[in-house]
Amino acid sequence: MSETVISVRNLTKRFGNFTAVNNISFDVYRGEIFGFLGANGAGKTTAMRMLCGLSYPTSGSGTVAGFNVMREGEMIKRHIGYMSQRFSLYNTLTVGENIKLFAGIYGLSKQVTAKRSEELLARLKFSSERDTLVKALPLGWKQKLAFAIAGIHRPEIIFLDEPTGGVDPVTRRQFWEMIYEAAEGGTTIFVTTHYMDEAEYCSRVSIMVDGEVRALDTPTRLKQQFNAGSMDEVFRMLARDAQRGE
Amino acid sequence: MKFFVCWPAMRKEENKVMRNNLFALVKKESLHILRDKRTMLIVILIPVVLIVLFGFAISTEVNNVNVAVVAPDRTNGVNDAVNRIAHNDYFTFCGYINQDEIDQQLRSGKVSAVIVFAPDFDRRMEQIYAGLPSTPIIQLIVDASNVNSAGAATAYMQEILLGTESQQAMFETRMLFNPQMKSAYNFVPGIMGLIFILVCAMMTSVSIVREKEVGTMEVLLVSPMRPTKVFFAKMIPYFVISCVVLIIILLLSYYLLHVPMSGGVWGIFSMSLLYVLLSLSLGLLVSIVVKTQVAALLLSGMVMMLPMLLLSGMLFPIENFPKFFEVLSNVVPARWYIEGIRKMMIQGSPFVAVWKEFTILLGMTVLFFGMSLLKFNDKLE
Repeated sequence: MSETVISVRNLTKRFGNFTAVNNISFDVYRGEIFGFLGANGAGKTTAMRMLCGLSYPTSGSGTVAGFNVMREGEMIKRHIGYMSQRFSLYNTLTVGENIKLFAGIYGLSKQVTAKRSEELLARLKFSSERDTLVKALPLGWKQKLAFAIAGIHRPEIIFLDEPTGGVDPVTRRQFWEMIYEAAEGGTTIFVTTHYMDEAEYCSRVSIMVDGEVRALDTPTRLKQQFNAGSMDEVFRMLARDAQRGE
Repeated sequence: MKFFVCWPAMRKEENKVMRNNLFALVKKESLHILRDKRTMLIVILIPVVLIVLFGFAISTEVNNVNVAVVAPDRTNGVNDAVNRIAHNDYFTFCGYINQDEIDQQLRSGKVSAVIVFAPDFDRRMEQIYAGLPSTPIIQLIVDASNVNSAGAATAYMQEILLGTESQQAMFETRMLFNPQMKSAYNFVPGIMGLIFILVCAMMTSVSIVREKEVGTMEVLLVSPMRPTKVFFAKMIPYFVISCVVLIIILLLSYYLLHVPMSGGVWGIFSMSLLYVLLSLSLGLLVSIVVKTQVAALLLSGMVMMLPMLLLSGMLFPIENFPKFFEVLSNVVPARWYIEGIRKMMIQGSPFVAVWKEFTILLGMTVLFFGMSLLKFNDKLE
């Protein structure tokens, strides 16, 4: 079977009296596109933050890229890529400068940076835009650039936090092409989203409700299990009983 | 070639030193700042404009000094002296007044100086020439609001009143309205205190909070950059700007305003750099506590600039404060900085004389720096 790149057991996060993430357990395999779904307030972002080394679990354990979530946060950070909701690029810098910055942050040497920068720009057909300020780029391009930059240091896993907000369906589809390509190359993609149609694109999907994982399987099997025509329906059935969120 | 091919060799790079990622971040900060031309302009221009304006508003020239005379006996000697003043281009003789009018004339600004001749002037003058001891026979009462020109006017009057026969012993001089003889350039330390708080505390805090607002801070935290490095990367460009501004201010003060700075430039530099570090730490503390840029501005403004303006001794002398505020001003870092700089720049004290101010500032810097470093690291949780 495939190698496990993320492994989570009984992971819990409490803030005072409030349990944001309640005893979740799952595995993610190399090369898959793992969809992490849930309504706002369900605990997805908190869970993801723990996996990225951004916060410590209250209890439970987890390994990401082979490193312990509790003790080896710094090593995790070096081996993952991250793209935030707001595309994580600096608007006042140019495309080229953003690439150089993040390459520098991840410790890539000048030569490697230059090479990867060329490849990246060619792949995105951005070579002419190297000196354009990011704020002048259309949203869809920013999104693609952010994703490409998230992978500049060739991480094993790329975490995407609601990466397709505010973009039209055609652009979203193109973006997912990039995600497919990355997964085919062996990179594992961990993506949170609240667009249920995107759930269909994932290898496996987990749905969080009220801090717990209520479903975890491939989209096809989930639809069978819940007798639903779409992931949207599956989600609504699970979310009906939710105490938290919208 | 597939762009995203994942190389298992990544694990070997674990021990590779994270080369120069601090430098990458500092470069980014610098680019941000340099591209924000409006802010750059303000930061550099404010001190320049302030100093030049104040400097030129205070003229050191003696020109059209209005003079009144009090002379109970209008003897020959007195008339001669008065004529010399009246015929001098720089002075304007405004007439004889009475003893009791002196205060009102000076206060209202009608005259800038009053010359009072002693009674029995001629005989007393003879006595002095004969070498016999005598009290001064001419009293000069000068409006010393503008210390520089008052000093020059006084010296000039002494020279010309009795022609070649003037002697120091003949004169008694009283400088009014400025008993401490505070020179116009006393505002320079105040300006320095203000500028650095502005640049370092306000701008740093706004810049960091902006990243929080936009969302790029999260990306930095997720990256292998240790929070401490992010911390330093934010501080370094503003530190450099502050040094540039400091140099500009010192150059302007020395060459344009002729501020003595006899205490030694290095002392002034060290104290200023310490103060800059202090302000940077304060800016960072503010940025940790607030969530929006507006709040950052408000907090730095209210909590830092206002006490600084009112309590630091920059505008109002601390000795005049009610006891409560006098005690409170001890907590304002700017108070110690301005005092130290004043001593060195204006009084010409050597660095050792300001050890007390320096130590207090050092203590405060260590405290705030430590606090902000700790809180910044806590941000992870």
